Amino acid sequence: MNTHFFADTSVLLGRSMRHIFRSVDTIITTAITPIALMLLFVYVFGGAIRTDTENYVNYLLPGIMLIAIASGIAYTAVRLFTDMQGGIFERFQSMPIARSSVLWAHVLTSLVANGLSLVIIVGVALLMGFRTSANVLDWLAVAGILALFTLALTWIAIIAGLSAKSVDGAGGFSYPLIFLPFISSAFVPTETMPGPVRWFAENQPVTSIVNTVQDLFAQRPVGGDIWVALAWCLGILVVAYAFATAAYKRQIA
Amino acid sequence: MTTTAIRVQGIEKSYKDLQVLRGVDFEVASGSIFALLGSNGAGKTTMVKILATLLKADGGQAAVEGFDVATESLQVRQSISLTGQFAAVDEVLTGKENLVLVAKLRHLKNPGQIADELLAQFSLTDAGSRKVATYSGGMRRRLDIAMSLIGDPKVIFLDEPTTGLDPEARLEVWQIVKNLANRGTTVLLTTQYLDEAEQLADRIAVLHEGRIIANGTLQELKRLLPPAKVEYVEKQPSLEDIFLALVGNTGTSEPVKDRS
Repeated sequence: MNTHFFADTSVLLGRSMRHIFRSVDTIITTAITPIALMLLFVYVFGGAIRTDTENYVNYLLPGIMLIAIASGIAYTAVRLFTDMQGGIFERFQSMPIARSSVLWAHVLTSLVANGLSLVIIVGVALLMGFRTSANVLDWLAVAGILALFTLALTWIAIIAGLSAKSVDGAGGFSYPLIFLPFISSAFVPTETMPGPVRWFAENQPVTSIVNTVQDLFAQRPVGGDIWVALAWCLGILVVAYAFATAAYKRQIA
Repeated sequence: MTTTAIRVQGIEKSYKDLQVLRGVDFEVASGSIFALLGSNGAGKTTMVKILATLLKADGGQAAVEGFDVATESLQVRQSISLTGQFAAVDEVLTGKENLVLVAKLRHLKNPGQIADELLAQFSLTDAGSRKVATYSGGMRRRLDIAMSLIGDPKVIFLDEPTTGLDPEARLEVWQIVKNLANRGTTVLLTTQYLDEAEQLADRIAVLHEGRIIANGTLQELKRLLPPAKVEYVEKQPSLEDIFLALVGNTGTSEPVKDRS
């Protein structure tokens, strides 16, 4: 590893944070669709959905946050793709910097940008009646698992950004990811779903993460779900990181 | 005695079935301007990318400042700077922020001061606090080249530096390149414009279908053709002369040589 890794990463992180704060719309748009969904489900469908919780916003918030992350990481792919289209990527690569810092700067930017969107969403949820007795440790656990999920999906976004042929391709890969929470325990309990759908819903990564975050917010014991959730996140992270690194090596030869 | 800044021997490169470079050889003396001349698709950019450690060659050897581009790429990157075909600037940042960014990535002290000096040198001081997205093509190219000068690299690659620029901006870039060579920087530039190579280069190599088919000074290349015959032609101003006279170019750059 190059001795300048941390210095170079922080310089490049500063650069993409400037991009974020000069186009705040990316943070707003990341937050706005999940907020619209939250309003729709709470005030339109919510009355007809039975979830065994007295407060549907409490039930819904974890899934909404995952949708926000799944759509937010698309911007990372687009930002990386845009860098590669212009000459700036080649300029960085032809300079004596730690080459991996170019990717890490985008990954850290994704964590910060998604974190900001989530803060906005939690704020709106509080206005809509979201209540939790979660203590600081529970909040830290929630933040930790959401950060890990963001990290895992961001490395998928890096693969997309590195290998896409167009901006639309770079951003479009995230649609299936955004859809995953719908076929999970995020909106309705999985017990109500027919056989094969229920099987899929109960065995895909989003459900275990949603259940864990719901339990942490409700101060229930988290059970085995947290280990399943961690295993999924770490597994996706390791595989996506390996593919992203390979794609990067192909790009920079 | 002149030393060699760039040495290229038998470089080959293919993209899948397409053989782009078929054994390229040339040398560039330190402190000189070397033009790689060729039509679109001749392999000029591929050659520059190999020298700038962005691509690996399939065969042959290349060294910059004595460092092998394949095995000593970090040392090569410390000696070079690349100005690619598309201005490698960050549109969202201001001109000054772009310069500071590169100075920091080159781990230099006083990045702000370095940026201010370059802004002044390239007549961009007033535009320094504006986003690059608002710059004209010529300003963008000037900033781009200014970014390449940070850290005083010994060798600068300019890949088609004037493609897409208007005549005035083109003259400005020419002047910058001449100044670079006067400071002792080695410049390798690629171009598809014959007059650009003629104006700037100490040596010119013609890259055609993946090989260097001619390499020499302008005088040497002229001798390849039958001797000049004397004809009497009425000297008409070129459209470029007219354009520059009309827009009142006041000699910030050298006047174009008479090319009748």
